Amino acid sequence: MQRSSWLRALRTPTGAATALGMLLLLVLAVVGPPLMRDAATTFNTSAIRQGPSGAHWLGTDALGRDVLARIVVATRLSIGLALVSTLIGVVGGVLLGALPVVLGRRAGRAVRAFVDVAVAFPGLLVALSLAVVFGVGARGAVLALGLTAVPSFARLTANLAAGVAEADYVSAARLAGASRGRILVRHVLPNIGEPLVINATIGAGSALLAFAGLSFLGLGVQPPGYDWGRLLNEGLNRIYDAPVAALGPGVAVVLAGVAFSLFGETVAQVVGLRTDSRVKGAVPRLALAGEAQDGAVRAAPRDDLVLDVEDLTVAFPGGSTPVAGVSLRIHRGEMVGVVGESGSGKSLTALAVAGLLPPQATMSARRAEFLGHDVRALDDRERRSLLGTSLAMVFQDPMSSLNPALRVGRQVAEVAEVHLGASRATAAGDAVAKLAEVRIAAPALRAQQHPHQFSGGMRQRVMIAMGLVAQPRLLVADEPTTALDVTVQRQVLALLRRVRDEHGAAVLLISHDVGVIAELCERVVVMYAGRVVEEGPVADVLARPAHPYTRALVESVPDMTTPRTRPLVTITGRPPDPSARPDGCPFAPRCPRAQARCTQEDPPLMAMPGTRAACWFPHLDERAALAAGPVA
Amino acid sequence: MTTLELEQVTVEFGRGARRLVAVRAVDLAVGSGTVLGLVGESASGKSTVAKAVTGLVPVTSGRVLLDGQPLGDLRRRSRAQRRRVQMVFQDPYASLDPRMSIGDSVAEALPQGRRSRSAARGEVAELLGLVGLDADRAQQLPGNLSGGQRQRVALARALAARPDVLVADEVTSALDVSVQGAILNLLRELQERLGFATLFISHNLAVVRYVSDELAVMYLGRVVEQGRCEDVLSAPSHPYTQALVAAVPTTQPRSSPLPVPVEGDVPDPHDQPPGCAFHPRCQVGPRALPERTVCVTTDPQVQAASRRHAAACHFAAVAQEAAPAGR
Amino acid sequence: MTWPGTAAGPQGVAAAGPQDAAAAGPQEAVAAGAGQLQEASGGSALAAAHPGGAAGTKGRRPTAGPWTRFLLRRTGRLLASLACLVVASFALIHFVPGDPVRAALGVTAPVELVESRRRLLGLDRPILEQFWSYLSGLLHGDLGTSLTSSLPVSKVIGDRFVSTAVLAGLAFAVVMVVALPLGMLLGILTRDGRRRRLELAFVALANTLTGIPSFLLAVGAVTLFSVGLSLLPVAGRSGPSSWVLPVFTLAAGPAATLALIVRVETLRVLSQDYMRTARAKRLPTRLLYLRHALPNMLTAALTLGGLLLGGLVAGTVLVENVFAWPGLGTTIVGSINSKDYPLVQGVVLVLGGAVLVINLVVDLLVAVFDPRSTVLET
Repeated sequence: MQRSSWLRALRTPTGAATALGMLLLLVLAVVGPPLMRDAATTFNTSAIRQGPSGAHWLGTDALGRDVLARIVVATRLSIGLALVSTLIGVVGGVLLGALPVVLGRRAGRAVRAFVDVAVAFPGLLVALSLAVVFGVGARGAVLALGLTAVPSFARLTANLAAGVAEADYVSAARLAGASRGRILVRHVLPNIGEPLVINATIGAGSALLAFAGLSFLGLGVQPPGYDWGRLLNEGLNRIYDAPVAALGPGVAVVLAGVAFSLFGETVAQVVGLRTDSRVKGAVPRLALAGEAQDGAVRAAPRDDLVLDVEDLTVAFPGGSTPVAGVSLRIHRGEMVGVVGESGSGKSLTALAVAGLLPPQATMSARRAEFLGHDVRALDDRERRSLLGTSLAMVFQDPMSSLNPALRVGRQVAEVAEVHLGASRATAAGDAVAKLAEVRIAAPALRAQQHPHQFSGGMRQRVMIAMGLVAQPRLLVADEPTTALDVTVQRQVLALLRRVRDEHGAAVLLISHDVGVIAELCERVVVMYAGRVVEEGPVADVLARPAHPYTRALVESVPDMTTPRTRPLVTITGRPPDPSARPDGCPFAPRCPRAQARCTQEDPPLMAMPGTRAACWFPHLDERAALAAGPVA
Repeated sequence: MTTLELEQVTVEFGRGARRLVAVRAVDLAVGSGTVLGLVGESASGKSTVAKAVTGLVPVTSGRVLLDGQPLGDLRRRSRAQRRRVQMVFQDPYASLDPRMSIGDSVAEALPQGRRSRSAARGEVAELLGLVGLDADRAQQLPGNLSGGQRQRVALARALAARPDVLVADEVTSALDVSVQGAILNLLRELQERLGFATLFISHNLAVVRYVSDELAVMYLGRVVEQGRCEDVLSAPSHPYTQALVAAVPTTQPRSSPLPVPVEGDVPDPHDQPPGCAFHPRCQVGPRALPERTVCVTTDPQVQAASRRHAAACHFAAVAQEAAPAGR
Repeated sequence: MTWPGTAAGPQGVAAAGPQDAAAAGPQEAVAAGAGQLQEASGGSALAAAHPGGAAGTKGRRPTAGPWTRFLLRRTGRLLASLACLVVASFALIHFVPGDPVRAALGVTAPVELVESRRRLLGLDRPILEQFWSYLSGLLHGDLGTSLTSSLPVSKVIGDRFVSTAVLAGLAFAVVMVVALPLGMLLGILTRDGRRRRLELAFVALANTLTGIPSFLLAVGAVTLFSVGLSLLPVAGRSGPSSWVLPVFTLAAGPAATLALIVRVETLRVLSQDYMRTARAKRLPTRLLYLRHALPNMLTAALTLGGLLLGGLVAGTVLVENVFAWPGLGTTIVGSINSKDYPLVQGVVLVLGGAVLVINLVVDLLVAVFDPRSTVLET
């Protein structure tokens, strides 16, 4: 894996440019002085201060020496000095920064405090001060710049090391009896090595520029030695008659600095420290029409349908289809639950229904109607108005779903301001009323607070309050209680039930927790690998599941009545990759009842007694028996 | 027969205004071959108990005893002592060094002593087999394994040290439901076979119930009830335990629509209520029955040992009789 | 040790971050590789600006404590840093190998002159006594006497301080006025991978600008505008037109850096869950960006802008030398070259102190805008 990612990086324009640049620098540094030293040092009093010409491409300097040659020869010194000072900085910084790990808490704090103070001073000033102490000249400048870099590398190392030291695997190593030294060498250093190297490379680039600066000021390399900075200094005096003599070394400095930074960048990318979420490739549009055929029993379309989605497919570039042919119908005031594990596509289905898919996703459906309107046929303003009022959304993570910079009351009130044309005062009052309705204590006070002052359960109530402002017909809740304590979860579920009872809104609840859905919903939809595998009334489906996956799911989750003497039911294997679905039923590889037909033909959702399931060999025995007689 | 005991263990963090009592006067005991389940919600202190037992966090007062010998924090334990208490962590993606092969991670925990490379490899292979993984996975990096497989490796590593006590801190919370069962089965099987004492920590009461012999319920740093698992769950003494039991979602049909056993949130642990920690939310406390002022003035933990299940409630007996299934 | 719900380790670590970027290297432009600050370099200012990211605090009531504690801590740190600065600048003279006075006056100077100078500077007294008189001098505003001009150092600095301060101030204003809106606009335009070419072009251009040190930019600008086009003066401070090039060359690099970072910040804010909630509310675009996105971006932008100001002060040193600007930059270089140590001491003290004070002001401003940072840092 490693080698191929390096090669891939080389093929990108930046990667190639970087490699070329570094190679050129290396060549010049090694080969330049032997080849061009003569040209660079030979006086030629008859050719003083000439401009660019055929013989001297960048002209000559005050002593008749070829400027271009001097620039080339100076490569070795300039880069060498930069590298040495970076080395000093890195070694000193790593040693200093690693100390807290080895020394323990108190000493570590002292070291960090010292580093924090040291880092506060601008580098250039420190370098200048140290240059005074060490004396003007290359050696002094190297030491000065090197020492200046120590605090920031120390800070970086300390942060990285602290991050690693807090990791569970370090705790485990400590429990296993590993000494501090061993932890440092075996765990901390390897894990911080990469970001350190990358920062060191970028640091070498800045050191190069800084050195040029010091020499330019006359404080770095002294004559007769010369580096790019020194050449710049000499060239500045001639800015009128031969600006090229000044710009030449300048361009060299810039190019070399850029080469170093880009090198660090490229390494970071290869190593994967930067997550590049760009997905290449065109977006394939999928037409899965005809895939899901309903059986004979298909509910006749009713007027009180809040949501009618048929054959919904969500695709991502690269060919993955996390949702493949899902149909969903929700009636007025109905509470429907969608249950599935991670990767089943349930969240994406909810997002698709609400029109909130990420932009690179493509959605297609045979029918997509909300409150009788085809949402795809509406123009922007109509869609915004319809969805902004009649559709409410509650997301999974309450900690991040509210804007931390705005007051809570404002976030609730703006729905009324924008969609219902309410004045600021009216909307604010309405917001307080809604907060009271979701049972938030002291609502007027709370409305003036910011989200970080609310607990998780309260934030979910706020989300619900936001949705209630405009009399929604459908409330979509995507794992609304997963991040909450179980006692608080109860309160939020009861609130959702009240929303339906008092406002008549339908609720679409997405969850991986079968128990939550059983408690709250009337109808359940079971999803696996992007499609619906079973749906029907909650009590029936969960008590007598027809589809093997539903059965396995229900049986594998322990509840308060699970017998403790037997091992828990498990489902072996893993769900299929959404970009590489095999033919046939997606559950077949893991199904205990699978037969030849299952791997060849994908079963559609078919009507069965009391339920609908997508299976060729469902558990029907008990159902058949029940169908024969009346249900209690 | 090893016993792990916690004797009035208190763990505090910070000083002055930022002082936080994470664990308060906890008494617990686990013996070899038994599983003590520790259940609680946010800020209950259960994870801190785990860290105190393993020594990752220093104990402010009280003692942690292993076979009667007090254990200090990790720095003060000898290597042999450290090995006796091992832990499996919650996050399968953070508990293995991403740069070490899983074989090396497991080998790191093997007891010190002269052994050849091949002997070490043999032991690692045996451990991996014990947790249901192929021995030739030993060279793989954690990045190639799923969450469930990583937890198995973490378990193998913990067992490599041949511990007397295993602390399992939310080991299935980050796993998918279908994988959870396999790990729980494995844990029970290994515990029966190898006989170590287990401290099983989780916020999921159903899971804890399945795994544990004894149960301790924690709220805001205190143990509010403990006893044999079936006893505590079938006839809980403490109102919080009752609420917790009633709050677990169930697929069984319910008689009344959506009971809400307790309102409000867990209070900020920096700012704990006076007296009984649960009284602001208690369904049989001063909020419901104003004459029960003793809940505000006196901490019921003090007399807990005299009550059934060591319940930290002044009205434990009464609460048990009332036993409402939600309000 | 941390407790879940209080400031978790990473925030504590990252919150110490603000000064890091400015001192990342001797180069005066902030953090080489701008706009590409690594996640791993925990000291990044960006991390410091988002302490609320994983806040698990439940309904924590704000007490009077956090603000006063925060102020005390920050001022304490400032005083500690100032103390270090004073000690360091004092020690400067004494670390110089050889005899500083002899070095300043030259090898041929008569011994009596050297001795009398030494007495004048107090270099013959014990070190603690010297330090004490140095300190008391500082408190009275007396920074010593320049070796080369025999003028009081405070007078020399005082005359030139304004030029540097105004230059840095103007450059800072330019940076903020240009980079903030530009960065945000570009962030909005290039979100979710739109307009790849625009993104590429901007990133390439901005990175090139940051890669060019200010003094090089200055040399190039002088070549083009002064020598080549004769539009603007080459050097010196005269009329308004003489300010253009110095301000521009000082501001260009930092402006590019800030614009890059603001763009990345904007992208990050736009991908947050609360923006998804705002979109779920179907708010009009204008409200979405101005009311929901902008405030969250500002903290990071202001923090960085403040750091840049500190870096600008240092950057003026280089630019002033190109333009022969009568400010502290030219003073310090000249005094280093002429070994006028009291003057060097004084300038380092003044410039260093200015940067420290600016850092404090930035931290205070950030705390005002984002109260979470004070609470969580405790």
